[in-house]
Amino acid sequence: MPDATRRERLVRVLKTVTTQPLPADDEESLFESGLLDSFALPDLVSALEQEFSIKVPDRDLNPRKFDSIASIDKYLQDRAN
Amino acid sequence: MRAFLHGFGMHAPERVVSNAEMAARVERTAEWIEGACGIRERHWAAAETSVADLALAAARDCLARTGVPAPSLGLIIVASGSARPGFPGPAAEVAARLGLDSTPAIDVPMASAGSLFGMVMAAQMAAHFGDVLVIGAEKMSAVIETAALDPNTAILFGDGAGAVLVSARPGPWEILDAVLHSDGQYRDSLAFDWSAPLRMDGLSVILQAARKLPSSIQEVLTRQKVAAADVKVFLLHQANQNLLVRVAKSLGVPAERVYSNVARYGNTSSASMLIAAAEWSQANPALGPVVFSAFGAGFHWGALLARGA
Repeated sequence: MPDATRRERLVRVLKTVTTQPLPADDEESLFESGLLDSFALPDLVSALEQEFSIKVPDRDLNPRKFDSIASIDKYLQDRAN
Repeated sequence: MRAFLHGFGMHAPERVVSNAEMAARVERTAEWIEGACGIRERHWAAAETSVADLALAAARDCLARTGVPAPSLGLIIVASGSARPGFPGPAAEVAARLGLDSTPAIDVPMASAGSLFGMVMAAQMAAHFGDVLVIGAEKMSAVIETAALDPNTAILFGDGAGAVLVSARPGPWEILDAVLHSDGQYRDSLAFDWSAPLRMDGLSVILQAARKLPSSIQEVLTRQKVAAADVKVFLLHQANQNLLVRVAKSLGVPAERVYSNVARYGNTSSASMLIAAAEWSQANPALGPVVFSAFGAGFHWGALLARGA
């Protein structure tokens, strides 16, 4: 079950690293849609670390973990548990 | 065991490939190329030029600048990820063409981070072998021309060579500390073996580099109790202007503190850090802490802290 507050915070973070409109489908690839490129991705990870007060370890720096709103939300959920 | 950097050298082939020329070959615009990577032009060697030819030119420049005659060298280390496969590697040829017939010469077949790894090896070996000449030399144009040019990678690379003389004799910059790291789980993220085009997972490479370059720099600075703000210059592998700016931001230093010549040479892989050092050192740099750092295929990465005195 998605956490509405967490998703809202995630969307807010995404809007700080891209000027493009977010996809309507949470499963849509942020990379294939052109919303995130290789240089926006490190910015996104840093912004997530700041917003959620977490440290993303190097072993988790896999682009697939940050490929969609749904996958990022799942990663944040796993980190919270 | 103390080690010092005595001076640098470099060589770039004469032919300049502009973004306009590259744009026509990859069906993009010159503006798109510069926006994607900050590169405006790169140097490409002639077809008959080898990695050893490039390395030799940088070696001679470094020896001339430091005033060290080739027969005084105790060891030569040549880093290259683009030397032709097979054996021997370019190090033996470089030594022979410098007139040396018994000086040991070691190849480091490592792209991008090769010259940094060579410098750290040299610092450890200088007390035993004497003056060590470390060279990074690359003919990346041959790598990208093994297949139809891929716009995402072909625009990045240039040819060239850089060199540094490392010695246990006191010199202008003392090496204070260094860290090296490797993580082979990402070996397929950036790879080339001459049988297929260069493979680069740009998302993974940039995500890892943007984290590992500043973290290795911070690791060595913390160990030596030096603040990033006090470092006079950061001499990094010149991969991409956007990456250099991000590293500066991560370290909390002005972008100008990270030396950049990527716009004029492109990414020359293991040669780039020493080409940057050679240019920087010619401009009578300020004394104080200097950081070298590189990240590349493997992944291999690390940082070296020196101090000018």
